[in-house]
Amino acid sequence: MIKFFLMVNKQGQTRLSRYYEHVEINKRTMLEAEVIKNCLSRSKDQCSFIEYKDFKLVYRQYAALFVVVGINETENEMAVYELIHNFVEVLDKYFSRVIMFNLDRVHIILDEMVLNGCIVETNRNRILAPLSVLDKVAES
Amino acid sequence: FFQLECLKLIASQKFTDKRIGYLGAMLLLDERQDVHLLMTNCIKNDLNHSTQYVQGLALCTLGCMGSSEMCRDLAGEVEKLLKTSNSYLRKKAALCAVHVIRKVPELMEMFLPATKNLLNEKNHGVLHTSVVLLTEMCERSPDMLAHFRKVRQLSSSQLVPQLVRILKNLIMSGYSPEHDVSGISDPFLQVRILRLLRILGRNDDDSSEAMNDILAQVATNTETSKNVGNAILYETVLTIMDIKSESGLRVLAINILGRFLLNNDKNIRYVALTSLLKTVQTDHNAVQRHRSTIVDCLKDLDVSIKRRAMELSFALVNGNNVRGMMKELLYFLDSCEPEFKADCASGIFLAAEKYAPSKRWHIDTIMRVLTTAGSYVRDDAVPNLIQLITNSVEMHAYTVQRLYKAILGDYSQQPLVQVASWCIGEYGDLLVSGQCEEEEPIQVTEDEVLDILESVLISNMSASVTRGYALTAIMKLSTRFTCTVNRIKKVVSIYGSSIDVELQQRAVEYNALFKKYDHMRPALLERMPIMEKITTNGPAEIVQTNGETEPAVLETKPPPSGLQPASQANDLLDLLGGSDITPVIPTVPTSKPVSAGGELLDLLGDLNLTACRSAVFLFSAGIPSITAYNKNGLKIDFTFERSNTNPSVTVITIQASNSTELDMTDFVFQAAVPKTFQLQLLSPSSSVIPAFNSGTITQVIKVLNPQKQQLRMRIKLTYNHKGSAMQDLAEVNNFPPQSWQ
Repeated sequence: MIKFFLMVNKQGQTRLSRYYEHVEINKRTMLEAEVIKNCLSRSKDQCSFIEYKDFKLVYRQYAALFVVVGINETENEMAVYELIHNFVEVLDKYFSRVIMFNLDRVHIILDEMVLNGCIVETNRNRILAPLSVLDKVAES
Repeated sequence: FFQLECLKLIASQKFTDKRIGYLGAMLLLDERQDVHLLMTNCIKNDLNHSTQYVQGLALCTLGCMGSSEMCRDLAGEVEKLLKTSNSYLRKKAALCAVHVIRKVPELMEMFLPATKNLLNEKNHGVLHTSVVLLTEMCERSPDMLAHFRKVRQLSSSQLVPQLVRILKNLIMSGYSPEHDVSGISDPFLQVRILRLLRILGRNDDDSSEAMNDILAQVATNTETSKNVGNAILYETVLTIMDIKSESGLRVLAINILGRFLLNNDKNIRYVALTSLLKTVQTDHNAVQRHRSTIVDCLKDLDVSIKRRAMELSFALVNGNNVRGMMKELLYFLDSCEPEFKADCASGIFLAAEKYAPSKRWHIDTIMRVLTTAGSYVRDDAVPNLIQLITNSVEMHAYTVQRLYKAILGDYSQQPLVQVASWCIGEYGDLLVSGQCEEEEPIQVTEDEVLDILESVLISNMSASVTRGYALTAIMKLSTRFTCTVNRIKKVVSIYGSSIDVELQQRAVEYNALFKKYDHMRPALLERMPIMEKITTNGPAEIVQTNGETEPAVLETKPPPSGLQPASQANDLLDLLGGSDITPVIPTVPTSKPVSAGGELLDLLGDLNLTACRSAVFLFSAGIPSITAYNKNGLKIDFTFERSNTNPSVTVITIQASNSTELDMTDFVFQAAVPKTFQLQLLSPSSSVIPAFNSGTITQVIKVLNPQKQQLRMRIKLTYNHKGSAMQDLAEVNNFPPQSWQ
């Protein structure tokens, strides 16, 4: 299952974090710092899967943003790699530009896609459907 | 404070507020907080809300962070929602059910009837989550697994064919815009189904058979140009490996992995290496075919890939390819990162041990490892290596020459220096006489050898263990070298005052050896015999003198004060007892027996096994004690205990007391037993028995009586009393039957 989901920028600041297994708040920062250090130091040619402590990290870089997902051994690493890509595409479609101003929406999208560490929905339209409803309610 | 805000938001009617509230709850609260109990009610209401989105929210939160109590309460609601026709809700409910099951496994049965219809859905989202639910159920409970495998009562189709059908549809159907990811329809679902198939097919022939076709189909039809296709293939390969598939399929799987290895993408190579590692045990031959590619991966830049390749290479080494592989691995050892070196070195040792084509090759390889990665070698490698060298008798000259050359240049790598010093100590004479056949013999004089050993001793880089080796080696050379004995004596005496306790002790003992026991020096410092490798340490309590059946008249002097580490005792124990190998042999036993006429040099008995005394735990079994001797005011009592660990051992504690008005000094107790027994005398508490029964001397005797014969003992007592030396012989026959039966 997916243990956590992080979005980090190139300077190492966490933009979004979602934990599917409970981790203490103070430990979270430490964990994030280490994970980020590992990912940022990798060059482009290197493998996207890193072994870290007792789980694996799958990361992918999109321009200035790193998306890092921590998984345990039962998950197919490549499927998770695809999931990251899927997620980014959904974000792209919805936000079209800058994501960072609407963090709660990003959370909603993430929730639609991944529930408690497991993938729920991968169809872009269906993920975005509730969001559009939400938007309409918000406007009215 | 924040928790209450959360609650307030959740309870409000507006959707957006609820949204934020739930989000906050999910992110920051966990089941250990108390407030979630209050949330339970809210969630319950929301689960029955009219708007599906609200329901969805509630399900989501429950799924993420519900505690077991919450789950118990709300499981019923979840189950209801699982059956609704609303697919949006169903998929969420399914994952929520997964969470419930994880928390409260007993509720699994409740969800069972609902699962029946889950797979009939068209909606991929629901399909996906229901597959997850099924997977979870199967993983958790073998009963469920059996249930799902069998034919189900009402519905006509089993689970496996259903899954197979779905998978087939996915592959066969044309372009479907909804689920398409780079040309493959819903890869996530495919992967999930494959995983469930894997669980169903594990160890089960029937299910595996049903799956064979579809797996082959997936394996051949999936496009491999994109990562997506590779993900599916990876999952397929894993499934094929796990279930009882036919061999053709397995070969197909391994070939796919081989293709992965040649791919440029690092991720794929990594994944391939990982899977190959898992399969190498079962499908060894097939993996061998890809050996050269794997070995190439050793040179990759990426750390994870290198590690995998290294492990896989070790798994692939066998008798045929060992020379070639070793070359590659040694080269790898040279150039790899330090974190790998220890593992690599151990791996090389193991492989060399198993498959070495010749002794010389073996020794060469080990030397190469020691010189390149010497400081990373594990500690147990040194004794293993020494044992190996001892056993290859014909290679001694060659080995010692090479080792000597190696440390001439550089003596900073501790394991190398240790092995080298040990060898030089043992085989120094071969070195000096220039007898090597395999290589060009070098001319070395005794002084040069001593030079190098001394520099090891002096150098700051040497650890104290290494220094110990060097000193012992120098000492051994005193018997092997002829002209430099004086120099050796000088070196040894210098270290008699060294700060390092271990070193000092050795030096003192060696000095003693020179001075007082010179006649025994050659015998003690003889060549080591071929050692057998015994991995377990023999028990330290019972000491069996190997092959000694004559009556052993043992006399023990009181132990020298101060430095007497138990390890020394164990060293000699090991030498004669054949247990664990420690290369620090032979060292001089610390007390010398004064021969009382024709006894064997029982080295074991001499070692005041002070360690043993503490290690022995005795049980008093209520055996009556006896008075063994009572004359002239000297009384000796025997108390008996049977050893807990060995029923043929009787432990006798003697107590000597003196009822006269003057002390008895220099008291020595000796005992002899018939041939069928073995005796061991431990050191007495003192040698003075104070007068007027004001104190006693205690001493422990251990008698080994394997044939359970009547115990008899002859004792001899010597002591000084009233200024004259007294001596007496007596026989003890009144041993109680319980002491020897």
